[in-house]
Amino acid sequence: MEVSVENITKTYNLQKAVDNISFKVNTGEIVGFLGPNGAGKTTTMKIITCFMPPNEGDVKVGGISVLKDAEEVKKHIGYLPETNPLYKDMPVIDYLRFIAEIQNVPKSKIRERIFEMLQICGLKNEKHKKIGELSKGYQQRVGLAQALIHNPEVLILDEPTSGLDPNQIVEIRELIKKIGREKTVILSSHILAEVEATCDRIIIINEGKLVADGTSATLRKQTQKKEIIKVTIEGAQKNDVILALQLIDTVEMVDPLPDYTNSYEVQSKVYTSSRSTIFKLCMEKGWSLTEMTLIERKLEEVFRDLTINPNNSQ
Amino acid sequence: MKKIWIITKRELKSFFDSLMAYIMIVLFLGFSGFFTWISGGDIFLVNQASLQSFFGIAFWTLFFFIPAITMGLLAEERKSGTIELLVTKPISDWQIIIGKFFSAFLLICITLALTLPFYITVASIGKIDHGAVWMGYLGLLLMSASYISIGLFASSITSNQIVSFLIALFIGIFFHLIFDIIGNTSGGWIAGIMNYLSLSTHYESMARGVIDSKDLIYFFSIILIGLVGTEIALSKRSPSN
Repeated sequence: MEVSVENITKTYNLQKAVDNISFKVNTGEIVGFLGPNGAGKTTTMKIITCFMPPNEGDVKVGGISVLKDAEEVKKHIGYLPETNPLYKDMPVIDYLRFIAEIQNVPKSKIRERIFEMLQICGLKNEKHKKIGELSKGYQQRVGLAQALIHNPEVLILDEPTSGLDPNQIVEIRELIKKIGREKTVILSSHILAEVEATCDRIIIINEGKLVADGTSATLRKQTQKKEIIKVTIEGAQKNDVILALQLIDTVEMVDPLPDYTNSYEVQSKVYTSSRSTIFKLCMEKGWSLTEMTLIERKLEEVFRDLTINPNNSQ
Repeated sequence: MKKIWIITKRELKSFFDSLMAYIMIVLFLGFSGFFTWISGGDIFLVNQASLQSFFGIAFWTLFFFIPAITMGLLAEERKSGTIELLVTKPISDWQIIIGKFFSAFLLICITLALTLPFYITVASIGKIDHGAVWMGYLGLLLMSASYISIGLFASSITSNQIVSFLIALFIGIFFHLIFDIIGNTSGGWIAGIMNYLSLSTHYESMARGVIDSKDLIYFFSIILIGLVGTEIALSKRSPSN
């Protein structure tokens, strides 16, 4: 079931929380939603899950509009809100039963589904405990279990791994990946590594606007206008090499790498490549070029570039 | 209908799990039993086989107890954020509101059912006007439903239970007392309006065993206005939760 967000705008007290955002998520795709605090991630998710309507635009889930038939849309969505609200005074198993009933899970299947959820989310030993007595990580699992209980086709997870320990994070990521094969998943996160590890596609929003949309590789390429390479040149004086490299037309900057004796980081000018020139230079001088690697930009840098000054991306 | 019952069931269970229901029932039976049988203008003093004194007491005890029952119904959901969970499930706002309304109403029904032994006892020691008793109970139920509706509205506009309790009492006291006082002290058309708005006027006539369609319209209007107000408040989604 695909989710298509069409030009939505949401305004709170004259301030645009979401400003004309459009994107489309296909079945079987896991999309990561990135952005600094207050960028509009949660607002967008709240609109998709029919918590509140957009001021302008529309969201269609499997072709059904959230404005026209919210009740029908809600049946197909599993939602884990950011704050993971739970009825703290209810035992885990009663809570899951309550959610299953509200989600129209057939009566004969409720027991089976609850059992499955307890198994998948690792809650079997906690099922009779009150939710309020569980640790934050276990509460997060309960939140995930309630989002999955009716086997929804679309999963919206707002910061699903917050409050979990590293082992649990890996488990939940694996779980999301497994689920994501057949379903449409949209998850938001602050942790870039997590989005990179789990998601097929990344959408970055900033100040309510969509600033980037693509796989992590394309995003890196898109924002990487300056080629940065690491070269290791042996059989030459360090100063000679630096001097020679700096004389190349396309080279903007040469930095000896402090951890290596003969390695340098070479940054080329915008939209140019210095790789073949460096190779030729080494041939001429009789130096041995033992390494030349293109340094890929980290997603963190891409993210910073896009969100601190959005104009850079265009 | 099924969805409404799911909500009602959960709320009722949480009333009984949190001891709220037991405290409420014990206090109510204690108060009303004490004043009906032991102290003040009790049955033996009046020396009549009627439950008038009980209905007089219940009128006041329920006035204070109902806001305590309703204060958390929506305010707590707002505070903990579970309201977001509920409204993003395939259930309408109305189903949530009606479900919660019924949970409080059923708790009152259970409480009032436990006072039936009063009726049986009085009926066995004297000649009682059965019609008046049933009418009195009906009056109590209608009054309770009105205050639950007001309490639910109070609970929907805040995320603080105490504030919700106080708002419910504040709105309630007008219907319970103030309109009546104004009605009795003023004259002319103002008195007419105030007397009609006063809940006690309608309740007292029912407690005496007289029922009029005017009274029913009155109670159902309050219930409806309260519920519609709740729906309006709930449909305004605040961005913070």
